[in-house]
Amino acid sequence: MSVDLKLYETIKNTGINLLLSVPCIMLKNLLELINEKNEIEHIQVTREEEGVGIAAGAYLGGKLPAILMQNSGLGNSINAIKSLLELYKIPVIFIMSHRGAEGEKIIAQMPMGQITIDLLKLLTIKTYILNSPGKIKDIIKAVDKAKKTKKPIAIILKRTLWGS
Amino acid sequence: MRRYDALKEITEILTDELVVCNLGDPSRELYNIKDRLENFYMMGSMGLSSSIAFGLAISQPKRKIWCIDGDGSILMNLGSLSTIANNAPSNLTLIIIDNGSYGSTGDQMTYTRRKTKLEIIAQGAGFESISVIENKTEISPILKKLGWGCHLVLIKTMPGSEQVENIPLLPEEIKKRFMDLILK
Repeated sequence: MSVDLKLYETIKNTGINLLLSVPCIMLKNLLELINEKNEIEHIQVTREEEGVGIAAGAYLGGKLPAILMQNSGLGNSINAIKSLLELYKIPVIFIMSHRGAEGEKIIAQMPMGQITIDLLKLLTIKTYILNSPGKIKDIIKAVDKAKKTKKPIAIILKRTLWGS
Repeated sequence: MRRYDALKEITEILTDELVVCNLGDPSRELYNIKDRLENFYMMGSMGLSSSIAFGLAISQPKRKIWCIDGDGSILMNLGSLSTIANNAPSNLTLIIIDNGSYGSTGDQMTYTRRKTKLEIIAQGAGFESISVIENKTEISPILKKLGWGCHLVLIKTMPGSEQVENIPLLPEEIKKRFMDLILK
């Protein structure tokens, strides 16, 4: 099974039933799979912070939402993570590709990429780092944690997950 | 007409609609006019009321969702208009009360007081049902007529807020009673 298919199946099996996305090249195949399979409701949004708002509203209405995005979008979402998700205790799962780290070729990705893990720590967001296919099953733990603690959690997809 | 007057008109015709209300003075005013379990009061995350309402609309397709947003807030999150118009849930009415000012921070002007026209932005975003209201007496008949669909209603008012008390509920209480009502 390809890494992207394994990611997709694991996400589906956790019960996540709404995906909001801002595209990233690292997420290209996964996003295509999500659209092809058409089993999980998927809505493309214009900005990650907007996705946080939609996810919060969907949670109020009974959904279990996740946001697929690049780590750059974390910066765009900080106020909403704190003054919406944390304030009202709304669990949202952030699935983020990690640009600006190992193997990065685009210099513009580096400043945000290098602080991403520290920033998540500062935000007190429990973070799960998927750096090899064997770690994909941690998505199940991460989603359980979000549901139990009613807090946002982050799942970081490293380049090495795809073996490059 | 000020926002408070518009909110009173809106409150009078509400039945079982779920309402997501913008933070600051709009939520405080709405709470003081008439609190309802069907109201979700925002307390932070300025700009996201239309997004929260859209998320609610797609997760609760059998209930009507009304969002009470403001000009300053929607200007912070214009992409939301594209997302909502393109997905067009059949149960969402986005009411923007446009008073041309950042009312909760001291009535500084927004650009809708100058050149910006939100109804044209909404049209460009893809909204097919847009109503512009300038007169208080139009609020009730127009909102009653709209029914199911994806609607944008722009109510133009004067700046200024009503002196009202803060909402005595904790954010978690607001969430809990709202979710208990929806998911019971």
